[in-house]
Amino acid sequence: MAEFRMPTLGADMQAGTVVAWLKKPGDVLRRGDTLAEVDTEKGVIDVEVFTAGVLEAIVVPVGAKVPVGTVMATIRAGAEPAAALPLPPPRGLPETGEERPVPPAAPATPAPATPAPIPPAPIYAPGLAAAVRLKISPAARRRARELGVDPAAVTGTGRGGAITLVDVEQAAARAAAAPRAAAIAAPPSVPMPPPADRQERMRRTIAAAMARSKREIPHYYLATTIDLGRAMAWLADRNAAVPVAERLLPGVLLLKAAALAVREAPELNAVWDGERVVLRETVHAGVAIALRGGGLVILAVHDTATRPLAELMTTVCELTVRARAGRMKSSELADSTLTVTSLGDRGVEAVYGVIYPPQVAIVGFGRITDRPWVVNGGLCVRPVVTATLAADHRVSDGHRGGLFLDAVDRLLQEPEKL
Amino acid sequence: MTRITYREAVRQGLREALAADDRVVLVGEDVGRYGGAYACSKGLLDEFGAERVRDAPLSEAAFVGAGIGAALAGLLPIVEIMTVNFSLLALDQIVNNAATLRHMSGGQMSVPLVIRMATGAGRQVAAQHSHSLEVWYAHVPGLKVLAAATVADARWMLAAALADPNPVILFEHALLYPVEDDVDARPAGFDPWHAAIRRPGRDATIVTYGGSLPKCLAAAETLAGEGIDAEVVDLRCLRPLDVGCVLESVARTHRAVVVDEGWKTCGLGAEISATIAEERLYELDAPVARVCTAEAPIPYAQHLETAALPSAARIAAAVRDVVPGKTAAAAAPRAE
Repeated sequence: MAEFRMPTLGADMQAGTVVAWLKKPGDVLRRGDTLAEVDTEKGVIDVEVFTAGVLEAIVVPVGAKVPVGTVMATIRAGAEPAAALPLPPPRGLPETGEERPVPPAAPATPAPATPAPIPPAPIYAPGLAAAVRLKISPAARRRARELGVDPAAVTGTGRGGAITLVDVEQAAARAAAAPRAAAIAAPPSVPMPPPADRQERMRRTIAAAMARSKREIPHYYLATTIDLGRAMAWLADRNAAVPVAERLLPGVLLLKAAALAVREAPELNAVWDGERVVLRETVHAGVAIALRGGGLVILAVHDTATRPLAELMTTVCELTVRARAGRMKSSELADSTLTVTSLGDRGVEAVYGVIYPPQVAIVGFGRITDRPWVVNGGLCVRPVVTATLAADHRVSDGHRGGLFLDAVDRLLQEPEKL
Repeated sequence: MTRITYREAVRQGLREALAADDRVVLVGEDVGRYGGAYACSKGLLDEFGAERVRDAPLSEAAFVGAGIGAALAGLLPIVEIMTVNFSLLALDQIVNNAATLRHMSGGQMSVPLVIRMATGAGRQVAAQHSHSLEVWYAHVPGLKVLAAATVADARWMLAAALADPNPVILFEHALLYPVEDDVDARPAGFDPWHAAIRRPGRDATIVTYGGSLPKCLAAAETLAGEGIDAEVVDLRCLRPLDVGCVLESVARTHRAVVVDEGWKTCGLGAEISATIAEERLYELDAPVARVCTAEAPIPYAQHLETAALPSAARIAAAVRDVVPGKTAAAAAPRAE
């Protein structure tokens, strides 16, 4: 018997609301099938299943909001002996459904097959739990339950921003004043927060994750300017030969170069589990996607280092469209191992990122811009980009970070090999 | 109704006890000819004679042990120890004998002994005369422990302690002796074994006992001017603790500040705080706060001694910290 649990879709997620079940008990499940739709601060997420078998029972009904880690359904495993997979393994896009041997390795759960000396972790890493735990007094929590108030949506005024009785009661009074409150409180209806509310919640979750990052992670920052002359020329040649729909944007070259450069400093592709670094074998670069109206999500581009550029281009475009439409998959939200952010199209020359916990590094690319450049002792005009690295000094040192940025530079000098 | 000092209230209690029952004797250093280190037994030697009011040699172990023996033999001794610091010399007698004999004799022998002792700091008598070690005795099964915080309790607690068949330690905070208050006739149903709400309030519960009570009441008055309505609970009996009163109060106010002149580590404040957490966690709207004495021997220098002890200002600050929303309002200049 396997348990299908509410996944953690990023360091900032605490609970999710089941919007729909897409399978019913008795249905056959294949790895990668979308089993449920879950509403979070980031939008409605398609939650995928990573245990093949038969859906046995649905435990959490539509409309219910449950904490991360809650068993939502049980699955009778197929041919293999039943084994609970608390978190989806990161490898492989679920749509492919290939039967290739996939070593399961979840972001917050060490893979059983990995030889690394890491004890089995709970549903989410301890550090993670501490970050997402709501600061609310016991009395206020109980009152919130009595009044049907969602504590996550209440602003705390107590010591250290703790949510107190008064805060809960005022929130309840405000909700009672609003006509839609009854609809939200009623269990059968699906509580879909209006966009403004969702934005506010997203702002708060970003605030929590970034404040935690700056509080806990000793960042160091490196920058280097990279000559993109060869890369841009190669790109222009390649794009001229293919239909518009198949053209590549420079960003995808940068993305792949960053993913490949991880070979030089594997400790940058990792998570910090609260006490030590846990290396990730595969690079799932998280791309930061800005949303309309504010906020951003970081979605994983699976297997960034090994997939062809064209495929990465398609994936990035698709992710961007779906992120902005509020339709994301659980694995995309949960799997990223190293964030790559590019503010190039906003016109800035460099971006010094804030690491997204529990990751340990973030790579930034600025605008590609023409600059006077010295080549072979002569001055010429070249397209250049400033690449930055913000990394966790608990895990890596500037020397290693420097090797990484140097590798990004080298890789971009041979674009045809990317 | 008469206005008397705490010191006079203690003296009246002693006098009443000696007059009421021939078995009552008063034993201690300087209780006779000198009239008591805090003048609580002035005149009693003349009135009751040297058989009943006995000056003891400077050996706490000896005269407390004698008191225990006298109690076993049928008397009702009141033993005075100058300060709780000195009582440590008699700790073996109190903990190993007085507290255990009823248990070890299967109820055949009782030790109906009352040991009065002064406690507390604030008089610049330095670290060997100033500590608040009430919790040492409150820790021990077999003892009952009272702390008189008001003039009325100083007047009436002694008789109740003498009437109890168990050894009772009765604490008098040395700073309280000159405090004056009106004292009525003994209230009907006077019960020192339960806590008392000295000031009702809605926003937070201040739990205290003994010498800290006046500071807590002063803090509550200050807070009232800021719109914070604090309830003040006087524990009175430190063993057995009347947790019911504390828990009932916290269930109403949802916030608790424990004020104890003892040290914070492993102190009474820790006991009260843990009990609230065990029994009423879901009533709490803020962490339980403690205001205790600095973790150091009580300093001699006046400014250091003052800084080490709980003060009305520190108590008020701790209450503000747990009462949400009102802190900012209090800090802002008021318009009216």
